[in-house]
Amino acid sequence: MKRLTDALPALLLTALLLGAWEAACRLLDVPVYFLPPPSAVALALVENAPVLAGSAAQTFWMAFQALMVAIVIGGGLAVAVSLSRPAEQAVAPLAVALQVTPVVAIAPLVLIWAGLDHADRAVIALAAAVAFFPIFSGVLTGLKSADPDLERLFDLHGATRLQRLARLRLPSALPFALEGIRVAAGLSVVGAVVAEFVSGSGATQGLAWRLLEAGNRLRTAELLAALVCLAVLGLVLNAVTTALQRRALALRT
Amino acid sequence: MAETALARLSGVVVRYPGRSPIGPIDLAVGPTEIVALVGASGAGKSTALRLLAGLEAPTTGAVHRPARGKATGFVFQNPTLMPWADARTNVALPLELSGVPAPEARTRADEVLAAVGLGDRTTARPRQLSGGMAMRVSLARALSIQPGLLLLDEPFAALDSITRRGLIEDLHRLWADRPLAMVFVTHDVEEAAYLAHRVVVLSAADGRPVADLPLPGPLPRPGDWRREPTFRDAVEAVAQALAAAMPEAA
Repeated sequence: MKRLTDALPALLLTALLLGAWEAACRLLDVPVYFLPPPSAVALALVENAPVLAGSAAQTFWMAFQALMVAIVIGGGLAVAVSLSRPAEQAVAPLAVALQVTPVVAIAPLVLIWAGLDHADRAVIALAAAVAFFPIFSGVLTGLKSADPDLERLFDLHGATRLQRLARLRLPSALPFALEGIRVAAGLSVVGAVVAEFVSGSGATQGLAWRLLEAGNRLRTAELLAALVCLAVLGLVLNAVTTALQRRALALRT
Repeated sequence: MAETALARLSGVVVRYPGRSPIGPIDLAVGPTEIVALVGASGAGKSTALRLLAGLEAPTTGAVHRPARGKATGFVFQNPTLMPWADARTNVALPLELSGVPAPEARTRADEVLAAVGLGDRTTARPRQLSGGMAMRVSLARALSIQPGLLLLDEPFAALDSITRRGLIEDLHRLWADRPLAMVFVTHDVEEAAYLAHRVVVLSAADGRPVADLPLPGPLPRPGDWRREPTFRDAVEAVAQALAAAMPEAA
């Protein structure tokens, strides 16, 4: 019940915007290829539901795989690098370079490497590249966030590196890692869509392909319907990762 | 004392970049002696403790630490417990780090927790404990390895005075059961005089010991000790030495 009242302002605003949109389209006689009214978008959503659901599932599946790859590589690399200061100094600039390079720019290259027959692999690799940084930097920051007095206690009792990692630094890093994963989950969808755009021509059947296809045919209502699916996908992912974060932190403390 | 010292700093100087050096410090601690270190903030009290713990190395001078087999326990200003672990796991940590098998470490942790009056809170998480209880867990953790030397860095400063007095009585009781050396940093003059065999006053300027005052009376203290003239005189003597150690401007 509390959650419903929390969500009320957002729902009201959305309803208000949709109402204004619908009214504007009707009163101003806006052409449907330019801006269809929400009712037309809703109709397109219903009519194309099976196709859109399939595409959404595919985009989600690729984003999910990319997220898993990013967690394994980003988290693993952060742990490895945290064990040695020179390693961190060597890797950190490369990680930043990867982060600041636009995914669109490296997409053609990754597509060549993956092979045009395996566009899905390229999509996963690109989405993983985007999701990598928040996880890597989150885990690395978290590993270094342990209470300095606890670090001293581990010094005092002659802890090995492995003991320090397992019993102090990894538990300390957990909240940071979860925050990184939450951010990365959203980015993995962005990465997947961008990568699908670049691979183009129906090599993958995700939501991005629906967007392109509808756009090329000026089926604006279908385009907007695909966008709605994408937004819902992002919201669901965010809700799932936030819930995961809360649950894990509640168990931890 | 010098011959039988358990731990000793001899002519120790520590330089931190951009700050005036601390020392030279000469300080010896007997095997069953409780020493209170008092001094202004920044006088190098915590540095002296970390040197005795071997957590920091002197720029010059020698640090003599307890021989192998005589472990060192450390109690920090805050309880410094692992928030994700229960009291038992926190107390067992130093034992497990020094190679005691986990089941045995846990059994011993329960015993030490019982000794500090927390036998019924072994599975409590730190956030479920009051400040005083958390500090008791922290004390139990330091005692779990049966240290020969216990170092305490203003451990009770954040607690209310009743809780603080209770913890000091506990320290005395534990010391009477199994005498060990303690170095206790505090800026509370009365606490220092009540707690220790000896109060060492550090200079506010460079952390050098400028007064070394032996305290009369038995440990643990008798019930009305705080009202005894001998105790009041000792408090006054420590307060005067501390005032003399402060910078002129203050």
